[in-house]
Amino acid sequence: MSFLSEALWVLLLGSLLGLELIGKVPPTLHTPLMSGANAISGITMLAALTLIIKANGNIPLLIMGSVSLSFALFNVIGGFFVTDRMLAMFSRKTINRKDNH
Amino acid sequence: MTTAEILKYAIDLVAVLLLALGIKGLSKVRSAREANRLAAIAMALAVVGVLLNSLGTTGISSSSWIWIIIGSAVGGLLGLLTAQRVPMTAMPETVALFNGCGGMSSLLVAIGVALFPTTTGEVQIASGLVETISIVVSIFVGAITFSGSIIAMAKLQGWLSTPSWMQSKLRHVFNIIFAVISFIAALELIRSQGNNAIWLLVIGSSLLGIGVTLPIGGADMPVVISLLNSYSGVAAAAAGFVVGSQLLIVAGAMVGAAGLILTQVMCNGMNRSLISVLFGGAIGGASSVSKENSEYKNITSCSTEECALTLEAAERVVVVPGYGLAVAQAQHTLREVTRVLETSGIQVTYAIHPVAGRMPGHMNVLLAEADVPYEQLKEMDVINPDFPATDVVLVLGANDVVNPQAKNDPSSPLYGMPVLNVQDARTVFVVKRGMNAGYSGIKNDLFELANTSMVFGDAKKVLGDLLVELKELGVGRKG
Repeated sequence: MSFLSEALWVLLLGSLLGLELIGKVPPTLHTPLMSGANAISGITMLAALTLIIKANGNIPLLIMGSVSLSFALFNVIGGFFVTDRMLAMFSRKTINRKDNH
Repeated sequence: MTTAEILKYAIDLVAVLLLALGIKGLSKVRSAREANRLAAIAMALAVVGVLLNSLGTTGISSSSWIWIIIGSAVGGLLGLLTAQRVPMTAMPETVALFNGCGGMSSLLVAIGVALFPTTTGEVQIASGLVETISIVVSIFVGAITFSGSIIAMAKLQGWLSTPSWMQSKLRHVFNIIFAVISFIAALELIRSQGNNAIWLLVIGSSLLGIGVTLPIGGADMPVVISLLNSYSGVAAAAAGFVVGSQLLIVAGAMVGAAGLILTQVMCNGMNRSLISVLFGGAIGGASSVSKENSEYKNITSCSTEECALTLEAAERVVVVPGYGLAVAQAQHTLREVTRVLETSGIQVTYAIHPVAGRMPGHMNVLLAEADVPYEQLKEMDVINPDFPATDVVLVLGANDVVNPQAKNDPSSPLYGMPVLNVQDARTVFVVKRGMNAGYSGIKNDLFELANTSMVFGDAKKVLGDLLVELKELGVGRKG
């Protein structure tokens, strides 16, 4: 039972951490934050990776894991880049502002 | 403990720390971009951790490597292309699409583990029962996330509209049937410890995701996407239980909880409860009711020339951007117009309603793209007291967020929603394509007020014409 009880503690503490982490967010950042958090939820790629590694040459499992991995990476890579694109706009403006004053 | 295991634990701990710092940093303007990179680095670290640990213990077979590389290349490349190609105006749809794929990934992992259990006990799961429950949760939440997100994306893209029968109470019956099917399948899976009911569960929960998302109106879509984002975190955490990864559980739980908070913030902004968003369908969905009083009288419409003349004489102008601006991709033209006005010494600010556009912050992103200085964007509570001292308000493709009904009419479905009090300004111009109702389907009393004039047309075209008129009037020429 040790993995289960540890895992449940981890689940509980992780949830509490998540609730605390983004208590106050300026509305400007809601979309980038959602997009960034969305990219992080693609962490399920670790599960896909584990599946492939432990497949023991089982072809259907390998294919399943591989498809799963590509869906997850689509989420992760796309998510982080799109978030960066959004945030780059904010920082470019900060630089302009410094130039003006 | 072997060296490889210790190394993996260390890497996992650092990765969790960086992920937490990343989410925290994303909530502050100054640190957001670095935080996003930090989170990306954390994800890369986590992958390295898994690979190192496997290399140090069981090794990774060449066939595994091939499939890892194929999967990563396909997904990564498509993700990169999508992220670079997609226009800023389509951001909500894109987030929905990415989110759906995350859900799909968890779903596939769970199905894979359930159907092909060759993992020979190396995946440390406490008992068969826990494994089955994790698989069931992962499939259920993953399928809802996927089908719901895809529907949300299709609706936002305009590929899909809600069929009228879905607006009726009948949809609750269907959704209850889908939920019961999923529940029975889940119970059967847990009871039998077999895989007989797995496809029933997949189909049941997918249909439930569709059935719940389809009737939800466009105005409520951001809330749904945020909620589905939270679900994809839950799905990842469930997948963490399936493969026995604590890192996955932490990260999934964090995203799940953070998504819930964001959802709540959005609901507050619209004065809607989560329950009414999910089960109430589109506001004013009973179309017969809204049609009765949707006839407009006393509409004043005017040309861009009149609009330009009024703007020329103004001292303080407030721009209220909405989704119409995003659809028309008119943010750059708008910026040109406001530049011209500013050169003439006219003070221009932008009033940002918390839920203007399709997502909170959507307008901020668009205007930032067009180089609008950050200080000129004012939040609703800050700008509302300024409207009485404002000469001209330019409403660009916004509707429900400027509807005075929300303040004055207790019978209105919008009643109580915080709105921008644009009617307090001396003159209001509403740029709109036609007299169609906003996403809520509710008539806007603002349009009938004496100080309101409608300028009909696509936002980009109207602003372009306005720019020409202003230049002809000599506005923006110094001296």
